[in-house]
Amino acid sequence: MSIETTPLWEVFIRSRNGLNHKHVGSLHAADSNLAVQSARDVYTRREEGNSIWVVRSDQIIASDPDRSGENFEPAADKIYRHPSFYDIPDDVGHM
Amino acid sequence: MYSQGLIGADDKPVEDDAFIAAFQARIDAEEKIEPNDPMPEAYRKTLVRQIGQHAHSEIVGMLPEGNWITRAPTLRRKLALLAKVQDEGGHGLYLYSAAETLGVSREQMTEELLSGKAKYSSIFNYPTPTWADIGAIGWLVDGAAIMNQVPLCRCSFGPYARAMVRVCREESFHQRQGYELMMALAEGSDKQREMAQDALNRWWWPSLMMFGPHDSDSTNSDQSMQWKIKRFTNDELRQKFVDATVVQAEKIGLTIPDPDLKWNPEKNDGEGGYDFGPIDWDEFWRVVKGGGPMNRDRIAARKKAWDEGAWVREAANAFAEKQAQRADAATVAAE
Repeated sequence: MSIETTPLWEVFIRSRNGLNHKHVGSLHAADSNLAVQSARDVYTRREEGNSIWVVRSDQIIASDPDRSGENFEPAADKIYRHPSFYDIPDDVGHM
Repeated sequence: MYSQGLIGADDKPVEDDAFIAAFQARIDAEEKIEPNDPMPEAYRKTLVRQIGQHAHSEIVGMLPEGNWITRAPTLRRKLALLAKVQDEGGHGLYLYSAAETLGVSREQMTEELLSGKAKYSSIFNYPTPTWADIGAIGWLVDGAAIMNQVPLCRCSFGPYARAMVRVCREESFHQRQGYELMMALAEGSDKQREMAQDALNRWWWPSLMMFGPHDSDSTNSDQSMQWKIKRFTNDELRQKFVDATVVQAEKIGLTIPDPDLKWNPEKNDGEGGYDFGPIDWDEFWRVVKGGGPMNRDRIAARKKAWDEGAWVREAANAFAEKQAQRADAATVAAE
């Protein structure tokens, strides 16, 4: 039995023009051509999209989940960044 | 995306009481667990085992139906069956990908399937001698699978839940095409009706066994419920399936092969449900342990496919390597 492994690829699909490519899953393939072909077979059997991106998984740099606190929590106490923080009389109308 | 980082990782979290309690608190708050999050080793192992088995079931499940692709009675039926079997292959791939986020490789899982170490759903160890079996599989086997899989869309492990959302969206066509096929046979000639009834007779009990042992005998159930991997017990899901399916059989004039089947208005907290007869658990365990009519054939077919596909995998890898070398050479030349 061959135990040679193929690299893992992350698949991104754009469901229609005007929208972002969105991560849908991953697959194994020997090279980028085969990865795109497999992505078409595995992830777009029912008109899920009109464009495919594949990226080698080992090329993705991710933030450290252990540091989610210091990375993302500081945003929670900055409510003045949201429009609802500011009181404006109703009769001013939509703003 | 996560598996390559995880394979070989040895900084396992220390599982003291505080760690377990903090994990359970996240689960209780309905937070999804993602692959790089700290998790108890037993949670990871349970999921690897369950998702692996689930993936293997999709792949082995292509075999009983594949048996009829060349002999489908009309082009319409053949197209539907081809699409369904292709979907099952796709479901297997979504699931292998989900399991791989937990640090096992596809090759490892395939080896475990071929060596018999990993299990797959016992239902696929039954043969498909007639065309009606294709209808019965879609209607009953996919119907039972849907009962199981819909709650798995809310499973606590993110990648498994997301794979299930995709699977469930596609699975509904499978059940409908099966039921429609059975309906056509049930409305056909006497012989066709007999064929449909015979298939129902053979698939009914194995379909009920798909939900696994009774809650009182199920070893992994409590912990899986606590971790919200499972949302309903085996017996709860089995009851839902029976209640839904009896009506469907009646509608097409087929008889569920259970003399003990009876409406019980007290069941399901007074909403009513069906009582049904005892399940032959000896048969279930015999089939799980390899004694079903088709166990040997199924693994032999998977092994043949794996072995005969070896040259394709080798060629693809060799080609990729050659292209990479050429690209390197071109870069050097350009510099």
